[in-house]
Amino acid sequence: MNSQLRLYCDTSQLSELRQFLEEILDETTLSEIEQHQVILAVEEVCANLIIHSHDCNSKEFIDLNVISTQSLVVFEILDFGKGFNILEYQEPEISQVIKSKRKGGLGIMLVKRIMDKIEFESLGNKNICRLFKILKSK
Amino acid sequence: MLNVEKYLESGSRVLVLTGEIDASNSVELDAAISEVVQEGAKNILIDCSGLEYISSAGLGVFMSYLDEFEENNVKMVIFGLKDKVFQVFHILGLDQLISIRPTKEQALEG
Repeated sequence: MNSQLRLYCDTSQLSELRQFLEEILDETTLSEIEQHQVILAVEEVCANLIIHSHDCNSKEFIDLNVISTQSLVVFEILDFGKGFNILEYQEPEISQVIKSKRKGGLGIMLVKRIMDKIEFESLGNKNICRLFKILKSK
Repeated sequence: MLNVEKYLESGSRVLVLTGEIDASNSVELDAAISEVVQEGAKNILIDCSGLEYISSAGLGVFMSYLDEFEENNVKMVIFGLKDKVFQVFHILGLDQLISIRPTKEQALEG
């Protein structure tokens, strides 16, 4: 199954994103807790792009394409502009997050711990981040 | 959407969080904690029994107070987390850094 969502770069769109993902993941073999975590991981990447790559400019958008098979769900997140390469991002230490009192830095950490595989590719000004979640058979 | 209410019980300020915390509204959580801190609260309990979702933006708010609370002897305890929300704290090991209790009674005990 293949589903698409266009998200305009405004954080108020995040609840719509969660609802969209919930409907797709509900059809998979993922437990409620796993579904919750996968929704969180996809949202973290999208929120990061909305805030840091697009400065919450609601005229800009990111496209989400979800490809779901019996064994795998792939979330393809596409945007145009300055790319954010999640694979090159250096995670801060938790102790640094506390010390610096900065309220960011935890999102990408969550994504890397929740997802089974992450890919990033940049083609001109088009950036694609792919998040993979393996499904266990029933 | 996030709703924040607060009340006083046994000398503790209790913040009741209902709904979902994401990057669009984590400032509301920050403002609510900041408000009770400015009121001089030394014991802050966060009732999360009505919290359905928290993203890193919300986690970051809690984390940003940890150092300050330790320096100023302010105690913050989170209670009533649904399992799916608790797991988000657990993935990053934040359940080891933030006091989390199952119930309000246990949170009041410390």
